[in-house]
Amino acid sequence: MIKLTQSSPPAWDYPKYEPGEPVALFVPCYIDQFFPAAAEAAVELLRRQNISVVFPKEQTCCGQPAFNSGYWDEARRVVRHFCDVFEPYRWIVGPSGSCTAMCRVFFEHVDPDPRIVEIGSRVVELTEFLVEVLGVTDTGARYPHKVTMHNGCHTRRELGVVEPPLTLLKNVHDLEYCPLPDMEECCGFGGTFSVKMPGTSLAMGATKVENVLRSGADVLVSPDSSCLMHIGGILQRSEAGRRIQVKHIAEILVADE
Amino acid sequence: MNTNEHGSLEGAPFLKDKTPGLAEPAGSVALGQSCERSAKQVYELLNAIKPYQDWREAAHRIKQYALANLDKLLVELERNLAAKGVEVIYAADAAEANRLVIEIAKKHNVKNVVKGKTMVSEEMELNHKLAAVGIRALETDLGEYLVQLADQRPTHIVTPALHLSAEDVGRLFADKLGEPYTAEHRALTDIARRHLREEYLKADLGISGVNFAVADTGSLVIVENEGNGGLSISVPPVHVALMGIEKIIPRIDYLPVFLNLLGRSGTGQKLTTYTHVIHGPAPGRKMYLIIIDNGRTRMLADPHTRSALSCIRCGACLNRCPVYRRVGGWAYGWVYPGPIGSIITPQMVGLDKAAKLPFASSLCGACAEICPVKIDIPHQLVYLRKRGANERSSVNSWIERLMWKSWAWAMGGSWRFRLAALALRIGTPLAKFLPWKPWYLGAWARGRELPKAPGPAFRKTWKER
Repeated sequence: MIKLTQSSPPAWDYPKYEPGEPVALFVPCYIDQFFPAAAEAAVELLRRQNISVVFPKEQTCCGQPAFNSGYWDEARRVVRHFCDVFEPYRWIVGPSGSCTAMCRVFFEHVDPDPRIVEIGSRVVELTEFLVEVLGVTDTGARYPHKVTMHNGCHTRRELGVVEPPLTLLKNVHDLEYCPLPDMEECCGFGGTFSVKMPGTSLAMGATKVENVLRSGADVLVSPDSSCLMHIGGILQRSEAGRRIQVKHIAEILVADE
Repeated sequence: MNTNEHGSLEGAPFLKDKTPGLAEPAGSVALGQSCERSAKQVYELLNAIKPYQDWREAAHRIKQYALANLDKLLVELERNLAAKGVEVIYAADAAEANRLVIEIAKKHNVKNVVKGKTMVSEEMELNHKLAAVGIRALETDLGEYLVQLADQRPTHIVTPALHLSAEDVGRLFADKLGEPYTAEHRALTDIARRHLREEYLKADLGISGVNFAVADTGSLVIVENEGNGGLSISVPPVHVALMGIEKIIPRIDYLPVFLNLLGRSGTGQKLTTYTHVIHGPAPGRKMYLIIIDNGRTRMLADPHTRSALSCIRCGACLNRCPVYRRVGGWAYGWVYPGPIGSIITPQMVGLDKAAKLPFASSLCGACAEICPVKIDIPHQLVYLRKRGANERSSVNSWIERLMWKSWAWAMGGSWRFRLAALALRIGTPLAKFLPWKPWYLGAWARGRELPKAPGPAFRKTWKER
């Protein structure tokens, strides 16, 4: 139903990717530690497009946790570290819409230094990079399962990335796409919101979980592992929920079953 | 149903200090469902308009212009209204505004007041102040009337009695008005109409709010759906209009875009049922306009939150907010609930009292998406969190500062990051054996599993190719 969103964020002017240019992989801190499979799938996905992937080892975090909590001085230190690490790379791609939004939209709030803002503006979300920059719509994956997708709010509303993950998912061979009712509703994670207001966060999560079950899918994917950590954690607490597999979208886009 | 304990800022559930996080009351189910319905209706209506984004942009820019030129526009409005016989008075704060209303009431020997819906009078707690000097003020907007009868506070800025079901209203009428119980909508509105009609004839003074004050023509625009607003301002011999300084728009040509947006965004109507454009008192009548600051210039002074003053009080962000839908309006503790309230309240009542409110959001941005004047609500919420962390406020905590300082140190390079990750990996499973759960872990585990014990980190297994 909701269509307004597509024209809400300013349209992004993507630069042109020249074949042979290396892509620096930005692996958000919690993906590095808790969901390495998502990052591995992202690497595989990019390599299949003949892209040479670089992983700058000094990278840590985009600074979003402190930024959202109001501790901007602390966030700024981490943002500057991020920019020092990624400065040499023209292309920075990350498998997380929320962390990408931090770089592209919020670096400017924390540190208006033009160097910081410019480096932040180079960060592109993974599915966005594939569809909007490379023009890929079919990754050649095969995945004969019923799959539903939740798109994170930062991906949708701060970046305006709505169609790319859906396009890629729907083109996976043999995949049965089950639309998630009220997909545009927040899952209730919201970073520290999830522990500062656990009651409301869980109530929002419960609605999301109901809709996941109603979709009839066996697998839930998202371009954001943080939403999945929250939704998946709630799913684990119920009989019906435990039957649902939870995966980052990149893992499906490289599947061959 | 009695919620007097939620009626004041001190009792606001979100703001209580008893719990480490924000206390979270459960709002009524009826309220959540009703919000969801109206939000859907609003989307349907707005999607039908091709130039909708252009309207929003126009409204946004007109309001930005008005805010940047408030000093000139207010004087222009005052001059034009004065020429038509309206007495224009400025009030610095709620106390002064109350004093002015009471002075006017005394001058005209007023015993009974009828009120159209006005949010700024809620800021002033005008009804109580009038009652204290023996003047009876009656709300005539149906929702406000119900809330007043029940001795509650509104839960919503547009639909104040959203939390009451028809059954609740039936019981309320039986209890307070001595009417036979019914839950039938038509019968209930008939009862309210019968009681309210008499009141207009009795009243010596009508008080109203202002939706838009047009500077170039000196007009006050009031929109409403029930006809109560029109009766309140035209039946009694004296009319006092109350407005915040930000209600101004420069020219009457700009009015249509706001009327189009307000009805559609607020209640899902193409236009409200009544639109009153007032050009001064009728012959033999008296009219006053009180223009109120009450903290608004503080918001105006801060460029990061200035645009929140362009709010036209449509309530769309409340209806759309997943947090508001679940907790209801009282949780926010003051006149303006929901996402916009979490921006307005801390600045109007002070960060020392209300700095927790900006945290009552998952920052999902649904509010900014629906806002007809394009206020960047989630960005302002994060900005206010920063002010809360840096200034004297109810959220300022050296423990949290220390935590984030350590975090920033750990995120300063690869080996520190790995060290912190190692500590987390060893610490988290051990926390299970603690007799109490550390706060954040406990809050997470209340209804969620932690991510399963992961294998090696990505950075450990990464291989260049």
